[in-house]
Amino acid sequence: MNKIVSKEHFSENVVKLEIEAPLIAKSRRAGHFVIVRVGEKGERIPLTIAGSDLEKGTITLVVQKIGVSSTKLCALNVGDEVTDVVGPLGKATHIENFGTVVCACGGVGTAPMLPIVEALKKAGNKVITVLAARTKDLIILEEEMRKFSDEVIIMTDDGSYGTQGLVTNGVEGVINREKVDMCVTIGPAIMMKFVSLLTKKYEVPTVASLNTIMVDGTGMCGACRVSVGGETKFVCVDGPEFDAHQVDFDEMMMRMGAYRAEEQAAMAAYTNQK
Amino acid sequence: MQNLIDRNAPWRDELRKAMKNKERTDIARVEMNELDGEYRSHNSEEVNQGLTEEQALMEAKRCLDCPNPSCMNGCPVSINIPSFIKNIERGEYLNAAKVLKMTSALPAVCGRVCPQEKQCESQCIHIKMGKKPVAIGYLERFAADYERESGQMSTPEVAPSHGIKIGVVGSGPAGLSFAGDMAKLGYEVTVFEALHEIGGVLKYGIPEFRLPNKIVDVEINNLEKMGVTFVKDCIVGKTISFDDLKAEGFKGLFVASGAGLPNFMNIKGENLIGVMSSNEYLTRVNLMSAAKDEFDTPVLKGKRVAVIGGGNTAMDSVRTAKRLGAELAMIVYRRSEEEMPARVEEVKHAKEEGVEFRTLHNPIEYYGDEKGRVKQMLLQKMELGEPDASGRRKPVAIEGATELIDVDTVIVSVGVSPNPLIPNSIEGLEVSRKGTIVVNDDLQSAIPMIFAGGDIVRGGATVILAMGDGRKAAASMHAYLNK
Repeated sequence: MNKIVSKEHFSENVVKLEIEAPLIAKSRRAGHFVIVRVGEKGERIPLTIAGSDLEKGTITLVVQKIGVSSTKLCALNVGDEVTDVVGPLGKATHIENFGTVVCACGGVGTAPMLPIVEALKKAGNKVITVLAARTKDLIILEEEMRKFSDEVIIMTDDGSYGTQGLVTNGVEGVINREKVDMCVTIGPAIMMKFVSLLTKKYEVPTVASLNTIMVDGTGMCGACRVSVGGETKFVCVDGPEFDAHQVDFDEMMMRMGAYRAEEQAAMAAYTNQK
Repeated sequence: MQNLIDRNAPWRDELRKAMKNKERTDIARVEMNELDGEYRSHNSEEVNQGLTEEQALMEAKRCLDCPNPSCMNGCPVSINIPSFIKNIERGEYLNAAKVLKMTSALPAVCGRVCPQEKQCESQCIHIKMGKKPVAIGYLERFAADYERESGQMSTPEVAPSHGIKIGVVGSGPAGLSFAGDMAKLGYEVTVFEALHEIGGVLKYGIPEFRLPNKIVDVEINNLEKMGVTFVKDCIVGKTISFDDLKAEGFKGLFVASGAGLPNFMNIKGENLIGVMSSNEYLTRVNLMSAAKDEFDTPVLKGKRVAVIGGGNTAMDSVRTAKRLGAELAMIVYRRSEEEMPARVEEVKHAKEEGVEFRTLHNPIEYYGDEKGRVKQMLLQKMELGEPDASGRRKPVAIEGATELIDVDTVIVSVGVSPNPLIPNSIEGLEVSRKGTIVVNDDLQSAIPMIFAGGDIVRGGATVILAMGDGRKAAASMHAYLNK
């Protein structure tokens, strides 16, 4: 069960894993996530699905080493089994022919954006993908994105690849150039916040995919709650995608730091032990 | 087997004659052996230690073996109560356990967590005579524990398999009880569980000090021996669809997915760090073992912890907080102690462990520090007014009477709502405004092959009512499939 069939390093800290999970591979849609647990003493962590292969019966996850749990997952090799993989969870992305859609993603947020770009393209949209990262080496999945996008705009903080600037500069460039009907954004919370502020200014409807702290991922615990339009929502069952203009990103970022001290201590202990 | 439950069996007749009713009713009700309050408030050892053999024998004598035992009317799974107690009285403890298992899939669990004082024991003949009821729950636990510890666990008789496949959604008390009854009837039962552990609320919700996991595991193993298959990490409606199950040949589905969604109060500051649902708190500690260093899941070990609510889950949470080192562990409840839905035993245990009770108080706002962590709560003082729809006196705010209390953790335990995951993913299911699955008297849903029970139908009740639903649904589905 849940055997890893391939592993690829995108960069030192970002790994792509293909995991055997035939039922999930069959039922998942763009936007869905899974909960993964590594080891009997492991933590349950949510990860958005980056793709699947029906023939092989696998799903693809792109994982960035951040804390103990993601580091343990990245340390697994081909042939190893992931203790638990459950899903697909959350609501699938709402896909229709909107017209022109800008897909703004950064860091490992690029991975879950890939199936959305693909689905949007297949629904007849003109898809412009803005790929952003700190530096050239951290730009991932460019080839795959080009396959389904009408245009790919690369942005790097240091200008080592594409255009120098932030993801918002790329998005604004497109909005100033042509009519944009829809924007989808996935990435670090701070990035999504600024994309949302920008598109709000230009009145472009925007969807953000949130990746908050979760325990069960099925609506049971409420650890993932966020304020959307002044109402409390559960990312796991009401989301993970929401109208970005209604999301209280500041509160979300605050809540994501709930266990920062514990996480840092655990990481230090894990590193020492190795 | 019949001999064990036949009131007119010679052994039973003899037993009745061995002692006068007056002598039986004169015996004082046994007291449960418990760990010391201060000692146990720092560990997760089980609080109730069970009865000794001598205590159980004496308590069993108190039962008058009534010809029309009213206690049985109070039991949602219709345990043959006098029969199991009389088997204890004659020293046949393993037979007592067999009687329990005829109708209950989880006797060791029920003997611990059932509110017997509101069910079987509330109907005991002793009460009508102004005496304390027979300690049916303690005796149930004694028989189940005796059997388990004897190493001679009996597996209930299972009819030969007729190969008809039945699916169960959720491995909590309703699902387990249903699975047990259907397995006995010869069905091929598969239980699908969303989490990585079997047991549902018995595992993620009820703490070790009240219901040790190993007790639950033994009962689950017993079901496995009866041929029940368990599939973890599988969400019916998500991982595998209802249509997939039909295509795989499943002829019936019992939905017992529970009342997963925690309620919040929608007051200011409720999303601050350190404010969480009792589900989250208990799941971290119970299911994920977060309080143990070698496990990866973190939990906030608050020093000043307020738990909002007066139910069993609130008691479980506040007692857990005490065990994780809280200096102040406090229940905040808007009504008075009399209206608390928690079991009397839970309230008593909490008090013995040093939990403070702030009844007739209700939180109206939480305040955080610059990092967004809760640091204070504002409580509104309440008084009791006229009775409301629930029959309990309604709490009314006393205008201007508030109190500010320093806290670093707040656990909201004000009830749960049905988990929408399953109802939303099966087309054609009738769902109420509250999100519960609508069923008829036979627990059959709008889709004839789907039955449902437990909290997904009731919207938040008890382990034993869920188990009762499981039994009832099994009988109904069996009848439906044999029409």
